[in-house]
Amino acid sequence: MTSSTTSSSRAQILARVRTALADGPAAPLPSRDYFASHTPDDPAAILDLLHENLADYRAIVHRTAESELPTVIARLLEQHDAASVAVPAGLPAAWLSGAKIQQRHDVTAGLEGDGVSSLAPSGSDRPAGEPLTPYELDTTDAVVTGCAVAIAETGTIVLDAGPGQGRRALTLVPDIHICVVRAADQVVASVPQSLPHLDPTRPQTWISGPSATSDIELDRVEGVHGPRTLHVVLVTDE
Amino acid sequence: MSGTFVGMPAFPKAAHEAVQNVTLRRNLRHATHTIRDKRAVAVAELDDWDQLREAGKQIKDHTLSRLDHYLVQLEESVTAAGGTVHWAADADEANRIVADLVKATGESEVVKVKSMATQEIGLNEALEAEGIAAYETDLAELIVQLGKDRPSHILVPAIHRNREEIRDIFRSEMSAWGRPAPDNLTDSPAELAEAARLHLREKFLRAKVGISGANFMVAETGTLVVVESEGNGRMCLTLPETLISVVGIEKVVPTWQDLEVFLQTLPRSSTAERMNPYTSMWTGTTEADGPKTFHLVLLDNGRTATLADEVGRQALRCIRCSACLNVCPVYERAGGHAYGSVYPGPIGAILTPQLRGTQSEVDASLPYASSLCGACYDVCPVAIDIPEVLVHLREQVADQGGKGHRLEKVAIKAATWVLDNPAVLAVGERVAAKTRKLHPRKIPGPGASQWTNSRDLPEMPAEPFRDWWKKNRT
Repeated sequence: MTSSTTSSSRAQILARVRTALADGPAAPLPSRDYFASHTPDDPAAILDLLHENLADYRAIVHRTAESELPTVIARLLEQHDAASVAVPAGLPAAWLSGAKIQQRHDVTAGLEGDGVSSLAPSGSDRPAGEPLTPYELDTTDAVVTGCAVAIAETGTIVLDAGPGQGRRALTLVPDIHICVVRAADQVVASVPQSLPHLDPTRPQTWISGPSATSDIELDRVEGVHGPRTLHVVLVTDE
Repeated sequence: MSGTFVGMPAFPKAAHEAVQNVTLRRNLRHATHTIRDKRAVAVAELDDWDQLREAGKQIKDHTLSRLDHYLVQLEESVTAAGGTVHWAADADEANRIVADLVKATGESEVVKVKSMATQEIGLNEALEAEGIAAYETDLAELIVQLGKDRPSHILVPAIHRNREEIRDIFRSEMSAWGRPAPDNLTDSPAELAEAARLHLREKFLRAKVGISGANFMVAETGTLVVVESEGNGRMCLTLPETLISVVGIEKVVPTWQDLEVFLQTLPRSSTAERMNPYTSMWTGTTEADGPKTFHLVLLDNGRTATLADEVGRQALRCIRCSACLNVCPVYERAGGHAYGSVYPGPIGAILTPQLRGTQSEVDASLPYASSLCGACYDVCPVAIDIPEVLVHLREQVADQGGKGHRLEKVAIKAATWVLDNPAVLAVGERVAAKTRKLHPRKIPGPGASQWTNSRDLPEMPAEPFRDWWKKNRT
């Protein structure tokens, strides 16, 4: 809806636009003769490029087989002395089966899960059925998620609040983010290739390395407000 | 230094003062040279940069040529997704809309994402007058706000400050705004960033209202896009219950696919990165994820006037990357404050006089704040021909008259008469040659004497060329 107080300004602005354009012809649509991708169509090379570019922006990259994933995640959480981990709805339960720390399940009624029970498993210290508050997230050490798509040329992972990814705050407030990328079907080469995989109606966060700033003398410093540590685990077939 | 740009002197005076400041010049030179070299590397990685640049230009030109259509489509999409759209003809109206929306929530403080549009309209000052505290959360904006300073760069508003100055500002000012700076804070950028993280975290966690701008608005989907680095944007866009975004009407793009161009060109042009650390995209409201209420305030504030100028309207293509600032020899020496606007540098020199008009002294002087070297055009990711617009605006300023321009007009008129009358010209030339011993090295009088302060007048030959030709060749 448009607020009634501004309806006259709406008419005024649109009228000004039409006067300014004076019925001139529409400028042509873009020619789009740029490349769809800058990378050879070779999955192994694309995965290597993703790995390289993620690491270049200070994400810590790991590769593992699906069967080893619980062990890798447990080791990373232990390595950071994490005492608690936020768990988005729809995260495969197996991923955290090796972790011996407190799991804080975030239940978000509006988003579909993949059938994972909304009842918090044993080890949780909070009632089931409630989303975590910002303050609860602030005292949570880490978060583990999947992703929607990963872009090799820019070293980007995109989360769209789908199953196992959680709402946006979940991957923002805890200081350690562990993100799992399935190499087989979640990696694309380029930005133009990524957009068709993404649904604009879903809230999205594109993440390229941990939080950073260049505001002091244009020197890049990693770690301001978002997670200061970003682990990306690339799950390969073997 | 005051926090506002009102009553700024004309560019030459402000620039003259700025170039006397050795620290400022050193800070700026260091920063602009660092970023321009990195940008060149990031751009060179893409073999199709020229095509991406052309596509970005075409998308923006097409959108502007049907701006009414795309704004109405955007309004429909945002509304369908659960948002509320407001239209603000000018800064006062936008400020009033935002203040009323904040008051309706019952809150008296807001957290802000860095936004050029809200700076342009002076939103923080307007909210303060209504008893609402607006906290800037971008690190550089925080430095500017705590230092009661003005922004001097589009991307890095505190670029004129070095690390020692920032440390001193944090030490002395943070406690008045909230959590004080840690004891023994040093000037290492990592420690300064940590101090900002701690200072702002309590504000993010309790915030009920967030205010942002947007880099792009997609008409077909109603999606808004904010690109950032630090995560303060994500905090403001995600944690509060109410989000208010104030966005210039020229930020609309037609399609979701159009983002594939700008998400490649903006980060590389701006921070010289393949991709900035965080990009947030949201479409209206989403149940159980982020703000429950979303307001979009569409801002005109001089943009439709700019659109009416067929040469000048290309300034509306700007995606605020700031690459033109970093390569500009004038900006590098004069700094951002001399431009008297939140939009400094080459883009500011063409955008500000169009958004605000050229009635004030500083705005009329801005089209002259350039050597027309063209480096800004070369790096612009949407191919804005800034020199072309500068010359165009100079014509407008000259046409509206003013002291210097009246003298110039009289002189040109006299010269035209002489050049149109060969006999008069011949007499003049002979007189000039005969009296050449008497010519001063400098031209006397106001205006002209300035020109010869650092230049000598050319020496007059012993006789005019026409006379020499008659004697020797006929």
